[in-house]
Amino acid sequence: MTSTTITTSRFQQLIEKNQAVVSSRRKVTNLIMLSITGLMTILALVPLFWIVGYVIYKGGQYINLDFFIHTPRPLGMEGGGVLNAIEGTLIVAALAAVIAIPPAILAAFYAANNPNTPLGVVLRFSTDVLSGVPSIVMGLFVYAVVVKPMGHYSGFAGGVAMAILMLPTIIRTTEEMIKLVPHTLREASLGLGAPEWKTSLIVVLPAAMNGIITGFLLAIARAAGETAPLLFTALGNERYDLFQIVQSGIAQKQGLFLILQRIFDQPVDSLPLTLWKYAQQPYPERIQQSWAAALVLMLVILLINIFTRLWVENRKRRLQG
Amino acid sequence: MLTKIEIQTPEKQTTASPNKMEIKNLSVFYGKFRAVTDINMNIQSTKITAIIGPSGCGKSTLLRSFNRMNDLTPSARVEGEILLDGKNINTTGVDVVDIRRRIGMVFQRPNPFPKSIYDNVAYGPRLYGVRKKSDLDEIVEKSIRQAALWEEVKDKLHQSGLSISGGQQQRLCIARALAVEPEVILMDEPASALDPISTLKIEELMQELKKEYTIVIVTHNMQQAARASDYTAMMMLSKEGERSGTVIEFDATNRIFTNPKDKRTEDYVTGRFG
Repeated sequence: MTSTTITTSRFQQLIEKNQAVVSSRRKVTNLIMLSITGLMTILALVPLFWIVGYVIYKGGQYINLDFFIHTPRPLGMEGGGVLNAIEGTLIVAALAAVIAIPPAILAAFYAANNPNTPLGVVLRFSTDVLSGVPSIVMGLFVYAVVVKPMGHYSGFAGGVAMAILMLPTIIRTTEEMIKLVPHTLREASLGLGAPEWKTSLIVVLPAAMNGIITGFLLAIARAAGETAPLLFTALGNERYDLFQIVQSGIAQKQGLFLILQRIFDQPVDSLPLTLWKYAQQPYPERIQQSWAAALVLMLVILLINIFTRLWVENRKRRLQG
Repeated sequence: MLTKIEIQTPEKQTTASPNKMEIKNLSVFYGKFRAVTDINMNIQSTKITAIIGPSGCGKSTLLRSFNRMNDLTPSARVEGEILLDGKNINTTGVDVVDIRRRIGMVFQRPNPFPKSIYDNVAYGPRLYGVRKKSDLDEIVEKSIRQAALWEEVKDKLHQSGLSISGGQQQRLCIARALAVEPEVILMDEPASALDPISTLKIEELMQELKKEYTIVIVTHNMQQAARASDYTAMMMLSKEGERSGTVIEFDATNRIFTNPKDKRTEDYVTGRFG
């Protein structure tokens, strides 16, 4: 009993003696650490703003309306744009999403609901491996299994390569989002007698939808910015004109399938491909257009982001009340 | 005193309200671990049966086996008989979907779907093929009224089920369960996440509902069991040092709380339990 009081009081004496020193040292340490972390944060943000700013500065000088509404013109001619590349980027990304999303969602449901089955373990491991495969290898693979048998490059092959690239991202984000849906919600549905598949479809999927859409967005944005998988698949096509294909298709009363076939059967361009090709050419005009293409690419991805965010926010507000 | 208790024993009341469910030699296993051992109890029609006991003694496990919710846990295995109106429902041939329609469940935390109030309640009927708007409207209104929530939500049926208060959400979940016209309602600590006023509303609602439905409620709150239930099952770990729960005493509620037979029940209900 006595020893306790002595210890306490001695401790208190020590505290009182050191208080001034400890307190000022703590303030100094705090200030130093705050400065270091703050400085590093700014340092990390520098490349981001630098890149965005520089692309806007360089690309902004050469961008104009023509750039969005015309296909490329030969060197020496005024005007001309990258409409073919914008169209190509969008249709390849859209095709990739259509190919990748349905199987990815189903696989994610399987993995989330059966995490410890052999197939679930294999799926998780292989998505990790797949997401680590360099994108150029995906391009090469699709060249071997799609381009060679078909005999030519095509937007379809590009879409397949992009789909493979998107698969692991979509599977993993969807799986995580499904796991975040409270277990009690599934139980509520199952407790009313709903079968598992209906519960997944009508309760779990809508509840996880916001996160899943964000996952799609990330995957699509990443895929839209990729060059390597398209080198051996979509190749590039300066004369690609989506509107012309659709227009002539409708005029000739071609069916939807035939029009789709014409859209995807030929090589298409994409913004990153155009950027890469133009940047290597020795002509100042092409270099300028390359910068402008970089800016357009950034804008396209930004727009996809903004639209999806708005949509998700709107959904959230409606559901949370 | 003695005669009064005599009248209230379950045996006497059996004639007045027959057994809706009979549980015979029920044991629940998780893998090799036996969570609940040898339960025998009868659940009387249009009465409230409470299951009380300390944490981790298997109350929820027992309750969840009544409508085969333990099927959802891959390692769980339920042995013994669960008779619903005299027919064993704990066999492989039984349609689990039908069991869960007849035996509804309300969970510990309010868990409305992230859909509108209307769609929450209409979820069950839609599952069973009700499609016509006028039919659904009728069922939704009837169920929400039964859950004593109609006056509070009638003007915002198309707002999200998550936009109302926790107590209202829990009554919405009760309405959702009522919409498929169950015969038995299982409630797993339905008020433990709610404030006292919402708790009181749920308890009043239970008294209303027991006119038509048979209710089984798991509760931590002994006052709640004493206030609200007709019969009480006292669960406890079967032996010292063993991790398996069992029902040590089952009787009319006021008998459990005023004159328990088992010393452990007495210790628990009087608060002397360690």
